[in-house]
Amino acid sequence: MNYSDKVMEHFKNPRNVGEMDSPDGIGRIGNASCGDIMEMYIKVKDNVITDAKFKTFGCAAAIATSSMITEMVKGKSIPAALKLTNQMVVEALDGLPPVKVHCSVLGEDALKSAIDDYLKKTTGKGLEGLKLKNNEAGPGH
Amino acid sequence: MKRIYLDNAATTPTLPSVLKEMLPYFSERYGNPSSLHSFGQEARAAVEAARARLAGLINCQPAEIIFTSGGTESDNAALFGVLYANKSKGDHIITSKIEHHAVLEPCQWLEKQGFKVTYLDVDKYGLVDPAAVKAAITDKTVLVSIMHANNEIGTIQPIEQISTITKEAGVLLHTDAVQTVGQIEVDVDKLGVDLLSLSAHKFYGPKGVGALYVRKGTRLEPYIRGGGQEKRRRASTENVPGIIGLGKAAEIAKAEINERVAHLLPLRDRLIKGILDNIPEVILNGHPVQRLPKNVNVSVKYIEGEAMLLKLDLEGIAASTGSACSSGTLDPSHVLLAIGLTHELAHGSIRFSLGRTNTDKDIDHVLEVFPKIVKKLRQMSPLYKK
Ligand code: FES
Repeated sequence: MNYSDKVMEHFKNPRNVGEMDSPDGIGRIGNASCGDIMEMYIKVKDNVITDAKFKTFGCAAAIATSSMITEMVKGKSIPAALKLTNQMVVEALDGLPPVKVHCSVLGEDALKSAIDDYLKKTTGKGLEGLKLKNNEAGPGH
Repeated sequence: MKRIYLDNAATTPTLPSVLKEMLPYFSERYGNPSSLHSFGQEARAAVEAARARLAGLINCQPAEIIFTSGGTESDNAALFGVLYANKSKGDHIITSKIEHHAVLEPCQWLEKQGFKVTYLDVDKYGLVDPAAVKAAITDKTVLVSIMHANNEIGTIQPIEQISTITKEAGVLLHTDAVQTVGQIEVDVDKLGVDLLSLSAHKFYGPKGVGALYVRKGTRLEPYIRGGGQEKRRRASTENVPGIIGLGKAAEIAKAEINERVAHLLPLRDRLIKGILDNIPEVILNGHPVQRLPKNVNVSVKYIEGEAMLLKLDLEGIAASTGSACSSGTLDPSHVLLAIGLTHELAHGSIRFSLGRTNTDKDIDHVLEVFPKIVKKLRQMSPLYKK
């Protein structure tokens, strides 16, 4: 199993690590496959995600995908951000070993649940038809 | 960058002197030991000399050694060989939950064939309780298989005590000694075992060759059929260069064994102490003293092992982990779960296994680099709230 240079680069120098003071949305997802956890924080202004940060307890692929998705989501409108899939993140990282693709699902789910959290806070209603691929909120163990 | 190899439980380098003895047996003395002509005779003589050398290391008769392709084959051959040879006597095996997969998976397959297997629990250090072995023996028990030392956590089992019990009960005892032969003293009579598996590449021999010790008089169905080699107990043309390498590695191990232990113990203990003293919230996995001289295994809270491993690798340090993320199957190490670790702690496990060329400087380097890596990864962890 080998990681692409892109994955290693994001793993070595992850972008957007950390928590956020007064985030507009928080997503916390546990990975059902191996027991890893990701938290994502977003700032939203005029329906656009202006900042994103993460914390991840997981492997190099989980860290790299967290880093990548937070990069990709910045500057996107909520509807555009919702169109982001884990497959797009994987492609942006020049691929992941098959056994590691599930780690990228963590990022997509964390983003969706952060948006869900944001919508709940602002509109009182969460994301319509929110389906997490991971199927298991909270730590997987 | 200087690379530091701390994964000697996975494999070790073949010593140059071992390789040197092997080389002529590829292209010059390439005879088949089964051939009657002089080419065959010189290969046969070399194989038998290697057998005697290996017998010298584990204190058995040369005739009690069957050469195999490695530890995994030896384990398979022991389990299947004994169970099928003793079908009229019984159908029960006793083993432990922390055996290598080379024992556990054959056991699971044997269960599918109708055999019964008891998987004994271990305590928090990974020790099998000899009393539990005794309690598990029934009149249908044929074989007890308990590893000499665990590959992940390094715990050394009380094999002598277990063999007192198996002898009394008239049950055979097999031990997987892949992690101990050539590393600590292994004497089949002192241990009191009937079968023992070993592998050359774990103690500075080549890969692809190992042996199964079978005490004289022990009945064994051959695991590989199709020829008369190894006294019909293991068909297939002998891996002559590999066997020569195993013999040489055994000879060197015998001469060096005390030195090896004396070299590794202080390094191991310094590394353990250095990690525990310098990094908060770390636990040592395995037994504090009944432990392989080469083995250091710790769990670092709040972070994941594969990430640690890769960060260490970027610093030139080769280690290993029992984390689910690196297992391929995404299951955490069965050994770490069996000693009572939570999934989260198993996730944060990292193993350093030392070898004969490691130095105090290597340990210094790990102790300098590792705490920083832990700190960085913890800053990234949602579980770490400090
Ligand atoms: S987070 Fe466990 S495999 Fe990636």
